[in-house]
Amino acid sequence: MSPLSSVSARPKFWRDVRFLRWVFQIFVLAVVFGILYWIYGNYQTNVERSAVPTDFGFLDNPASFTIPGSDFDQSSPVSAAFVRGFQNTMLVAVVGIIFSTIVGTLVGIARLSKNFLVKTLASAYVEIIRNLPLLLLITFMNLAVVLQTFPRIENAWQPFDLFVISNRGLALPWFEGSGLILLLIFAASIVVSLVVMKIERARADRTGQKSRAGIFAILIILGFLLVGWMLLDYSWTLPFVDGRGTTGGLRMDPSFFALIVALVLYTSSHVAEIVRGSIQAVHKGQGEAADALALSPGQKMRIIILPQAFRIAMPAIGNQYLNLTKNSSLGATISYFELTQIAQITVGNGSPAVPAFTLTLFIYLAISLATSLIVNFFNRRLALVER
Amino acid sequence: MILWLRRNLFRSIWDSITTIVFGGIALWFIWISIEFVFITGRWEIVEVNLKLFLVGRFPEELMWLIGASMVAIAFWVAAVAGGSPLGTEPRLRLGERIVDYVRRFGLIFALAILLVVLSNSMESLLWLGLIGVGVIAGRVVGRMRRDNKIIQKLPGIIWQPMIATPAIALVIFTLLESTLELWGGFLINFYMALISIILCFPLGLLLALGRRSSFPVIRVVCTTYIELIRGAPLFVLLLLAGVALEFFIPPTISPDAVFRGITVFTLFTAAYLAEIVRGGLQGIPSGQIEAGKALGLSTVKINSLITLPQALRSVIPAQIGQFISLFKDTTLAGVALNLFDVMTVGKVITKQDDFLGQGLIYESLIFVGLLFWVVSYVMSKESQRLEKRLGVGIR
Repeated sequence: MSPLSSVSARPKFWRDVRFLRWVFQIFVLAVVFGILYWIYGNYQTNVERSAVPTDFGFLDNPASFTIPGSDFDQSSPVSAAFVRGFQNTMLVAVVGIIFSTIVGTLVGIARLSKNFLVKTLASAYVEIIRNLPLLLLITFMNLAVVLQTFPRIENAWQPFDLFVISNRGLALPWFEGSGLILLLIFAASIVVSLVVMKIERARADRTGQKSRAGIFAILIILGFLLVGWMLLDYSWTLPFVDGRGTTGGLRMDPSFFALIVALVLYTSSHVAEIVRGSIQAVHKGQGEAADALALSPGQKMRIIILPQAFRIAMPAIGNQYLNLTKNSSLGATISYFELTQIAQITVGNGSPAVPAFTLTLFIYLAISLATSLIVNFFNRRLALVER
Repeated sequence: MILWLRRNLFRSIWDSITTIVFGGIALWFIWISIEFVFITGRWEIVEVNLKLFLVGRFPEELMWLIGASMVAIAFWVAAVAGGSPLGTEPRLRLGERIVDYVRRFGLIFALAILLVVLSNSMESLLWLGLIGVGVIAGRVVGRMRRDNKIIQKLPGIIWQPMIATPAIALVIFTLLESTLELWGGFLINFYMALISIILCFPLGLLLALGRRSSFPVIRVVCTTYIELIRGAPLFVLLLLAGVALEFFIPPTISPDAVFRGITVFTLFTAAYLAEIVRGGLQGIPSGQIEAGKALGLSTVKINSLITLPQALRSVIPAQIGQFISLFKDTTLAGVALNLFDVMTVGKVITKQDDFLGQGLIYESLIFVGLLFWVVSYVMSKESQRLEKRLGVGIR
């Protein structure tokens, strides 16, 4: 054998990096499993000692609490309570996301306004709200604004006779009849408006005239909703005070109102910062090019700057949406019947704590994953395709 | 002046209309704020309960411990900040420097003065003075570290614990001397945030490195942990720690609510910190690591000498942002773990006999908000300043 062959021979296994790497990983894995096993063992002994069920059988038990303002009563199963909680969480999340995007974008643009007053006010809004704890905002909205400042139902504020505002909640004018049909009409209106927008854009491109696609689309959607609703002989209702409550219209719980307002205030201040940063991150030449083409400031913002800014902002804003969804769990502190509150109540009523909270955590995890999937989808759609 | 007005407020008709409308709103808002603060607001509820707000039912005879801890913490922070390398901006003269400090820390100082005035005692003034002395001493020590050749030779791993020792020792001593049940008010929020920040830092670093590790098993473990924690709401985790922790630990241990809070905050923030640090690590050009390998450095040395210092410096603002949000989130522990924290105090005192049913929730919650706002605002402004100084985001 030549002396060189000893160089290529494998080293002793305890000096072989490939072997050591696996030893190290197996060691780490063993430690992790050891900790998990220790926790699991503790869980088993503790459960046996206190005779608490570990399965999800509690979901079929009667919930023995009621959710005011719904048909959920004492005998409904716990699983129905969780479904209701999930629905309420999603409701808060969706409404909150929509409003905080709108408010946040407007404030973010306002922070870059040339008008000194608008700029200062927007900055003050962001700087004040962003540095306060969310729980403080929620508690403040609930205890101070809704429960203390809003009048009793007997002398509720009724601006224009359209709304009823009292410490028992808000009531807004709302449509009456089937939600499904309204949704169908809405879907139809969107399809028609998309077609019209396409035609209008094509016309604008051909003739070089100004495109009115946006205005047309809004008019079509509103018109469809109004006319369709009238033609189908449905109506809407106005809320009015009826003894100790309100009748008609859409009733919002006071806790729902407080939660939504606080969440929108808080999240929009974060969204505003993201939007401002993204607008500033759009290349300066883009704005200058728009000026050189003599676009109006509004057009420059709408057509040139914002689409590019949102491309930059999308991941960060998606994170804020996730935060909003998770923060909606704070609704439990003001007795809004969302997922966490339901879990808390059922545990208080004798459901086993560990399975109930595990279920809650997994639902939140699923919501988070779904939201990030949606955000990633839009992200890919918006992203520049580079080379 | 008129030119400024025309430029900034009345560029066009639409601009003028916006100015007038928003000016009206702003004036109205300022007016009701002034009216509330100076005329209609009944601040005696804050004055009477100031001690509850700040330290809860902490025993009077041990208050000196808290004062001393604050002095030590002020010394520590000032020593760390004072020892930071000089920026590129020109050195200011004394007058300008005072103006600069007032602009940066005036709010904190004003809050401290307000608290002293509200507490209406000579003792608190004395403590405020001592904290000031602590800050100055910290700056002097920090300077020495930067400028003195001999002290510079001390490695950071010895120097940093050295300046932190008084603060940590006093905090631990306070823990040993008093019972945790008596802790309350802003003290709980402040200490929970502080301790969690210190504890989550090493864990976050390890998780960040683990997520980028070349060992597949470690990568999977770290990623799973980070994603699971980030998918869960903090409030639910705190509730879980309050109600269900008993099931996962031996029945002989029954941790105090403050410890549960600190544990959850540490584990929670570590996952977020790991993602921030990972962002910083990803921003480091791979040539840096390759250069380290070419020099024959081990992985540990490459990480501790090359990648981590750069990565941590580039994400300092994001870290501070995370710590601010942790500080604000400590209010959740009050509700979830039934701690007597400052938010709980703010809600409970309106039900005292003297103030029951008088609708003083505005006053008490606004005071709580002020405490959080001043600290968070000054911290976030400082982090922006730091961002500029470090040149983050400027290429």
